[in-house]
Amino acid sequence: MTVGLTHYLVVSSLLFCLGLYAVLTRRNAVAILMGIELMLNAGNINLVAFNRYVAPGAVTGHIFALVVITLAACEAAIGLALVMAAYRSLETVHVDEINVMKW
Amino acid sequence: MAVFIEILKAVGLAVLVFTFLAIVGAMYGVYFERKISGWIQARIGPKHVGPWGLLQTIADTVKLLQKEHITPRRADWMIFNTAPLIVAVAGLLDWVVIPFGTAFGRVLVVRDINIGVVYFAGMASLTVIGILAAGWSSNNKYALLGGLRSASQMISYEIPLALGLLWAVMLAGTLSTVGIIEAQRASGWFLFKVPPFGLIAAVTFLAAATAEVNRVPFDLPEAESELVAGYFAEYTGMRFALFQLGEYAEMFAMAAVASILFLGGWLEPNMPVWVWALLGIAALAAAVFIRFSALRHVLLVRPILSLALLGAVLCGLMVLGLAAGRSPVLPSVLWFFAKMFALVFFLMWMRWTYPRLRLDQLLNLSWKVLLPIGLLNLLITGFLLTVAR
Amino acid sequence: MGELAAFIILSAVILIPATVVVASRNIVRAALSLVPTFLGVTGFYIMLHAEFVAGIQVLIYAGAITVLILFVIMLTQGGSGEEVRQVNEQVPLGVTAAVWLAFLLLLVLPRTPWPLSPGRLPQYSAQAVGSAFLTNYVLIFEITSLVLLVALIGAIVIARREE
Repeated sequence: MTVGLTHYLVVSSLLFCLGLYAVLTRRNAVAILMGIELMLNAGNINLVAFNRYVAPGAVTGHIFALVVITLAACEAAIGLALVMAAYRSLETVHVDEINVMKW
Repeated sequence: MAVFIEILKAVGLAVLVFTFLAIVGAMYGVYFERKISGWIQARIGPKHVGPWGLLQTIADTVKLLQKEHITPRRADWMIFNTAPLIVAVAGLLDWVVIPFGTAFGRVLVVRDINIGVVYFAGMASLTVIGILAAGWSSNNKYALLGGLRSASQMISYEIPLALGLLWAVMLAGTLSTVGIIEAQRASGWFLFKVPPFGLIAAVTFLAAATAEVNRVPFDLPEAESELVAGYFAEYTGMRFALFQLGEYAEMFAMAAVASILFLGGWLEPNMPVWVWALLGIAALAAAVFIRFSALRHVLLVRPILSLALLGAVLCGLMVLGLAAGRSPVLPSVLWFFAKMFALVFFLMWMRWTYPRLRLDQLLNLSWKVLLPIGLLNLLITGFLLTVAR
Repeated sequence: MGELAAFIILSAVILIPATVVVASRNIVRAALSLVPTFLGVTGFYIMLHAEFVAGIQVLIYAGAITVLILFVIMLTQGGSGEEVRQVNEQVPLGVTAAVWLAFLLLLVLPRTPWPLSPGRLPQYSAQAVGSAFLTNYVLIFEITSLVLLVALIGAIVIARREE
């Protein structure tokens, strides 16, 4: 039995669901960011796997995976800067306590 | 079956390389460090265990092995015990892509992978996770401060390091370490290419590499005088030794990569006979002068005598070999180690000569000096290369 | 045989620490568990002949993003976070959503006829990636650089203390 496209897709979808669970249930903003990173990684596995099995001659999947990694770095930097700013003014990193704009 | 043979080969090579590194890198690294610090401070250094104190580090290692492992009570024991392993393994994994030389018609390298330089940068950046984990899990304010300083420092200096690597990669046109050395066979050392930009790139790389391995003048994470020992303040016995092993393995790897990128790795310096003869005569004259003057009683000067003698012997061998018409006169492994140890010596020299920077000075140096210089250097060199083509 | 074994080991290396990331009450352990996950994904990239992406993954994800996350955790809270509640009241909803999504995906994936095409990847992918970035995908490259610059400035402006 050889490893095929479906194997990679199964693992990446499981990873994506784990990330989704973290994003939906975590209170800590940093933990939510970690969930987002997991989801981005799952997407990247898909991109590279499709590149390998569907269009082996091209490098489009690699290009998009690299762009996603770059954007993930940007997202992490901005997100963590926001967490820092929120912590400085509200003294909490728990997103359900950051609710002064709710009412 | 081929899989198992591959795995066996990998394990064998790993054991071989790592044992070699543990002995040469860590043990003799520490020995040289002590001897050189002794030299610079006009002392003798270790001399009691074994001839010239050569077995001092072995005695130290045996002592460290016997010591008790202490895990602080409120520490996170899982992270606390994993952190030294991360540092040591990341430091040792750097060596997978470093070629030592050629022998029997093949290159002595564990794996010549086609992204060698990127791999090296990646492994070098993994160390910081171990350091941060160690600093946090010790549950000690000095350790945590050391870990945080280390994280900010290493993230900042990864970029100039990568720019230095990229400069050499741009000239060689390949990411493989063996490929970079082969590219210097025809064109000469990258240090002197596109002058003075090769020199600027080498200096940028070396400064960033010194900061990456947390050595003076960038040793804020483990500053003894302000943070006790920084992130490994709480570690005892062999775990402490593992941190040292990782640090020395990383330092030697940085020196090795600098010699590969800018000094031609295992390649023999390509100079005419008369230059070698001149260098040899100069070294011999210096040695003779020191031997027969009152200078030989001065502790600061005495090591120069042996260094000059060594240099004279090397140059003499080169002259004889070149006269006999051999093209690589000395084995390539010897050249690799000579260059690597010269750079290691340079790093130790800096450590025992310069004071420590402040944290703001350190970050300013990275973001406001090294980063712009590295980027401009890359840009101008690329432009010049394109114009020249 | 060897490929399958490597795949299974790497899947375990990805999914078990990922479970720790989402479930651990100790936020620092969760953040550190990201490292094996990212390294496992790197292993996948190597198995898929994407060496350059693998190198960048180690460099950016394992080396930089994890460190940034740990850094912010250590700057914003004192302890491991075990003494406060880490999950909100949406746990049933989250479990339902994640399990249903996983169920649907696992149902659909094996039945989809993917347009597989045989063929070998180019031997040296870094060169191919580089030339593709500067020829066909140059617009993406430029826009990504712009986004990076904007993010850099934005992060500095947001994180800076007001004087």
